[in-house]
Amino acid sequence: MPGKLKAKIVAGRHLPVMDRASDLTDAFVEVKFGNTTFKTDVCPKSLNPQWNSEWFKFEVDDEDLQDEPLQITVLDHDTYSANDAIGKVYIDIDPLLYSEAASVISGWFPIYDTIHGIRGEINVIVKVELFNDLNRFRQSSCGVKFFCTTCIPQCYRATLVHGFVEELVVNEDPEYQWIDRIRTPRASNEARQRLISLMSGELQRKIGLKVLEMGGNAVVGYLQCFDLEGESGLVVRAIGTACTLDKLSSGSAPNTNTHMHPNTAPASNACNSPSKDGKESPLAHGCRSTHNSPVHSVCSSQRLSQNFSVSVPTLIFTGMGSGGSAGKEAGPLRTLLRQQTQTALEQREFPFFTLTSFPPGFLLHVGGVVSARSVKLLDRIHNPDEPETRDAWWEEIRQEIKSHARALGCHAVVGYSESTSICEEVCILSASGTAAILNPRYMREGCLDIGCTDHRFEDPSPPSCGFCHIPYDELNMPFPAQLTYCYHCRRQKVPDVLFTTIDLPSEAAVAGKGCLIQARLCRLKKKAQGETNATAISNLLPFMEYELHTQLMNKLKLRSMNALFGLHIQISVGENMLLGLASATGVYLTALPAPGGIQIAGKTPGDLSNEHISSIQKRINDTIAVNKELYQINPPELAEEGVGSPIPEPRHRSRLFRSHSESSDELSELDLSHGKKDAFVLEIDDTDAVEDIHSLLIDAPPPTGFYSCNTENMPGISNWTSGVQMFTSVRVLRLSNANLTNQGLNKIFTDLCENLLKSFYFKLRSMIPCCLCHLNFTVAVPEEELIQVTVTAVAMTYDKEQTQEKTAEKPVNKGSLEAEEQLQFPLELCADSSSSNIQTASKISGVAESTNISPRAASVDYGSFADRCSTWLELLRLKAHTIRRGSVKTSRRTQSLAHSVSSLERCSPLQEGRSRSLRSSRSFGGSSVTVVKMTPLSFLPGIRIIKYLGIINMFFIRETTSLREEGGVSGFLHSFIAEVFAMVRAHVAALGGNAVVSYSMKECVFMENPNKNQAQCLINVSGDAVICISETDQESSASTANTGQTGGGGTDGAT
Amino acid sequence: MSVELDVFVGNTTIMDEEVYQLWLDGYTVNDAVKVRMEGGVMDECEASKDVLLSDTMDQYRTFQMCERLLHSPAKLANQLLFQIPPHRQIMLIERYYAFDDTFVREVLGKKLSKGTKKDLDDISAKTGVTLKSCRRQFDNFKRVFKVVEELKGPLVENIRQHFLLSDKLARDYAAIVFFANNRFETGKRKLQYLSFQDFAFCAGQLISNWTVGAVGEYNMVEDMDVDLDKEFLQELKELKILITDKDLLDQHKSLVCTALRGKTKVFPEMETSFKNLSRGLINIAAKLTNTKDVRDFFIDLVEKFIEPCRSDRWTAADMKLYLTHYTNSAHILDTFKHQVVWDRYMGVVKSCIFKMYHD
Repeated sequence: MPGKLKAKIVAGRHLPVMDRASDLTDAFVEVKFGNTTFKTDVCPKSLNPQWNSEWFKFEVDDEDLQDEPLQITVLDHDTYSANDAIGKVYIDIDPLLYSEAASVISGWFPIYDTIHGIRGEINVIVKVELFNDLNRFRQSSCGVKFFCTTCIPQCYRATLVHGFVEELVVNEDPEYQWIDRIRTPRASNEARQRLISLMSGELQRKIGLKVLEMGGNAVVGYLQCFDLEGESGLVVRAIGTACTLDKLSSGSAPNTNTHMHPNTAPASNACNSPSKDGKESPLAHGCRSTHNSPVHSVCSSQRLSQNFSVSVPTLIFTGMGSGGSAGKEAGPLRTLLRQQTQTALEQREFPFFTLTSFPPGFLLHVGGVVSARSVKLLDRIHNPDEPETRDAWWEEIRQEIKSHARALGCHAVVGYSESTSICEEVCILSASGTAAILNPRYMREGCLDIGCTDHRFEDPSPPSCGFCHIPYDELNMPFPAQLTYCYHCRRQKVPDVLFTTIDLPSEAAVAGKGCLIQARLCRLKKKAQGETNATAISNLLPFMEYELHTQLMNKLKLRSMNALFGLHIQISVGENMLLGLASATGVYLTALPAPGGIQIAGKTPGDLSNEHISSIQKRINDTIAVNKELYQINPPELAEEGVGSPIPEPRHRSRLFRSHSESSDELSELDLSHGKKDAFVLEIDDTDAVEDIHSLLIDAPPPTGFYSCNTENMPGISNWTSGVQMFTSVRVLRLSNANLTNQGLNKIFTDLCENLLKSFYFKLRSMIPCCLCHLNFTVAVPEEELIQVTVTAVAMTYDKEQTQEKTAEKPVNKGSLEAEEQLQFPLELCADSSSSNIQTASKISGVAESTNISPRAASVDYGSFADRCSTWLELLRLKAHTIRRGSVKTSRRTQSLAHSVSSLERCSPLQEGRSRSLRSSRSFGGSSVTVVKMTPLSFLPGIRIIKYLGIINMFFIRETTSLREEGGVSGFLHSFIAEVFAMVRAHVAALGGNAVVSYSMKECVFMENPNKNQAQCLINVSGDAVICISETDQESSASTANTGQTGGGGTDGAT
Repeated sequence: MSVELDVFVGNTTIMDEEVYQLWLDGYTVNDAVKVRMEGGVMDECEASKDVLLSDTMDQYRTFQMCERLLHSPAKLANQLLFQIPPHRQIMLIERYYAFDDTFVREVLGKKLSKGTKKDLDDISAKTGVTLKSCRRQFDNFKRVFKVVEELKGPLVENIRQHFLLSDKLARDYAAIVFFANNRFETGKRKLQYLSFQDFAFCAGQLISNWTVGAVGEYNMVEDMDVDLDKEFLQELKELKILITDKDLLDQHKSLVCTALRGKTKVFPEMETSFKNLSRGLINIAAKLTNTKDVRDFFIDLVEKFIEPCRSDRWTAADMKLYLTHYTNSAHILDTFKHQVVWDRYMGVVKSCIFKMYHD
């Protein structure tokens, strides 16, 4: 009997009128966990019922605790007919299962109905008593912490990074079961919500078990996704990075000492030779795709799958050069290094990391983006307990990624993610990441069994440029690239362009500011079925990848930048088209050579004189000049070489390169490609090309005062002020049936994305100067002729003055310096922010009768204080338990004891019930809804996270049969998204938190049938619930921090 | 190609005050876009008309969703659907309950019933306030009326607490409720020159002096600030002695005339019209027990007092002087025993007439 779950239903408010005759409601509540159900009394004739129920107790296995949600159903009692359901609340109790997180869930939850949306609120208190019995064979993994954040969470230190964990579970989709024909939409939706909740719980538990096996205690960068495969089933899958995290005591600076921990699996000896036969593609500028067995059936029988994958490693040029004397020395050493790290890393099956930012020194070199896609035909999952097919599919893709990484001379993949796109029975599986070499030092310390005696080797690369140096062998380049000596240290080789899926390392030296760069592409495809369809898609994919890549490259050069971070390429499949959207943050790395301009060439050399071409050329040159100004890109080197005319530059530069490379005579082959300079020349050979160039120039720069990026950090801006506005926007475009061409579609799609950005800028204009961070675009083709784009991002204000000063003083930020600045600026800034916070707070309290912020803050203290006591009590109880097993008796005695104490003052834990109701009545009478900030980033500016309360992972379905009455599709979706936000905030507040970080909307599936006046939408969101305090408030509100800390400390003692 | 769906939802609800006002004023989305374009908002952030349209639609939708909450503003503070900073909430409420003086002037004193609601299109045409806005304002009046009808305690305070309005707006609503409850006639042509603020002031005077609540000893009685104090109205009949008793009337007149002599240019006119004016005021007082005459209170004041004075070209200062001495002199009359009632009556009448005596 490893756990006892207790729930208490306190009150309801704002309930809907269920009895038309009396305009009132006779509400009661059913509380269900697993197969046990309790009911409250009926609270007659009230829209604000006070149930104040007893504690409902569920005695359950911790396995169930992890899998099952607590299900609360509010109903209207009806004497004569069946009781009407008002709505439900699902509470994920996982956050209560690990000691450091929340210890009570208490607050107002929106009562949600899949047909009517939010219908009032209910006040609930939930607690869990866990009895530890570690000896038992464990099916549960209580205690493993989960984080969506893709970096080491603030207030933790990673002592070990164990590596990749993955799991998937499958089931039949209730929506497609036969019973769905006879049940109501509500019942069907609820079955689905419940199933997904169960599956997520199970998945998390299984991943937790893997983590425990590896010896870790946490999963960072946890990414969970749903594949709604329709007829063939429902897949819930997750990947993450297993770590051992230590909680930092408050005050001590975050120590970033991290060791890699090797696994014991057999090492593979393959060095940097790709395991699969790659065939050089004829595509220009080094786009290499591997086509492995374009069509092969995965399983014998009639189950046929199209397997196709494209890897585009050349998107990324990397270098750890061995040119000159330094290179010669580094050569053998590098081999050594590789061997060591390989032994450590390649022992594990997949040396993948879902993290996107790392402690300084962790990341040695970055090879480039590796990606793999595979087209599959879906088939019914015959046995949900054996999800082998899906596992095998992903296994295949991961193997491919691994071999691509090897081809780049890298032993690890960082910033790794997986996704799918499904249309009817075709499914595209995609995986991408950044090939990298991680620091062997971290591995060595971590693994004592590998006797590393080599202390001579010291990483020679300075942190500000080291990660740019190529990791692969210059002589054995996986793709043609132009290498030069690093512009920073001049010792090692770097590529001319670097693409990655990770965040810009904080120590990287950059010039100017970054900006969002997107490549957008539509490709029409014939409608087809099954195999034919899959083949058609497979055939289109490499061309799409190539074109997206070309677009990215050109746009990057147009902005005079040389590196992309956070690259995310999404390819979405519809019945008659494929959509490709690549987003990344462009930046100028001072370690890499300055990008050349873009040169326009006609079909024949003579065309150059053509007026049309020269006018385009002029526009491009002007745009480059404007962009340089806009993003303040003026590295000192460039100035010497004459900024005026960007075009002659590449020639000049390439000549320069050649002389360099000539000195190391190994590079003759590469030299040729320099001579061709094909990366820089756009040939205008037909009207399509003209269109392409025009579309290049269409991208409007953000208006003055705005910057944008899709990464965690905005390159060049670190002095954030307190303004934060997270938003989600959805736009669906209906294409007219007119015969559309690829070009026409491209234009439409590009305009759609550009117009969305313009809308954001306009809506957020009051926040200027401001930066849109973590702009995450998701595209979908929900039906034929519909294109859906969903965007989630956060707008953050920054201090313009300081930025300008900074950039004026130091156009090039050196690594360590910038790190310091990043620390200092927020500190200074939060002074203003917090004071303004306080002002507004006091203003609020003055106007609205009850104080808005302080009572909640007080109650947080209060709660955690009580929590601490209750944990002590639990400790006592546990001890009693271990001594004698009559646990029920023991706990009861302690409780009655507690009851008698509760008449004393606040310090009794059982008093809590009363204090909560006190709080609730207060909040009911006055205002005071906890303000919950949300951000897709892992941090909030000027605010320090003091406690992670657990993962938020919620799935909602909303359906309507009165679409027009709800304001059409826009009205319907608008209120649904608002409701989802509200439910996330309510859950976070109930956990005692005041913010959600690393928030993301993973899924937003919208279907409509306007003729039937119907629509349905599914949304999945996730994030980390946290308690955070303003950095300047830290001392003053030490009490809050203290109680938080001691609360955690108390539980630590208990475990 | 058309935009099928377009939404933008912020964690903190984004609301543009300008668009809110356009929405409140009953502009359609397209008209609002036009107004915004003319306002030059396009120059900011290089917006296009499409951007403006999308933004306006989003905001209109948000406001429509909020409207339900604005009907009981207390809910706005503890609802969970929209995260709105408190100062914004206050702005939303205050603006939602704000009204056009020209509109309220039309419905002041009318029964807040379906019948009146049907006339709203006429009122809309007459005042130039859009029908949508008229409906909102009318519904606001009705809602406030309905809520405070059932509440005990002081009217203004109830409105302020229940609807979270500013003191000024709460007082205006109290006036509207008071007028609607007592059905004061305000629509007659002779009263047209009076503004809502004139009436609101008078209502304030009546509420704080003539209602049940004004006496102070009855705290927390239903309708204490809405119904006039019946006992007091009864007592007002006693004042008739000032005009029925010939001696008293003459005495009163001579006292007033003595005091006024030489102090004003219109003294002769005052002297001649004293008896008429006094009869006018006291007859109004004596008749107030009839509901019908209560309704005519303002028209009576104008007909019986303000118009005669105006035709005699009294200045506002003359009026003030006259009424002050008229009130005070009654205290010196030894046979006149109803000083308290007199003060309670004249205090209000005096300040109402001061307020109403203008062009």
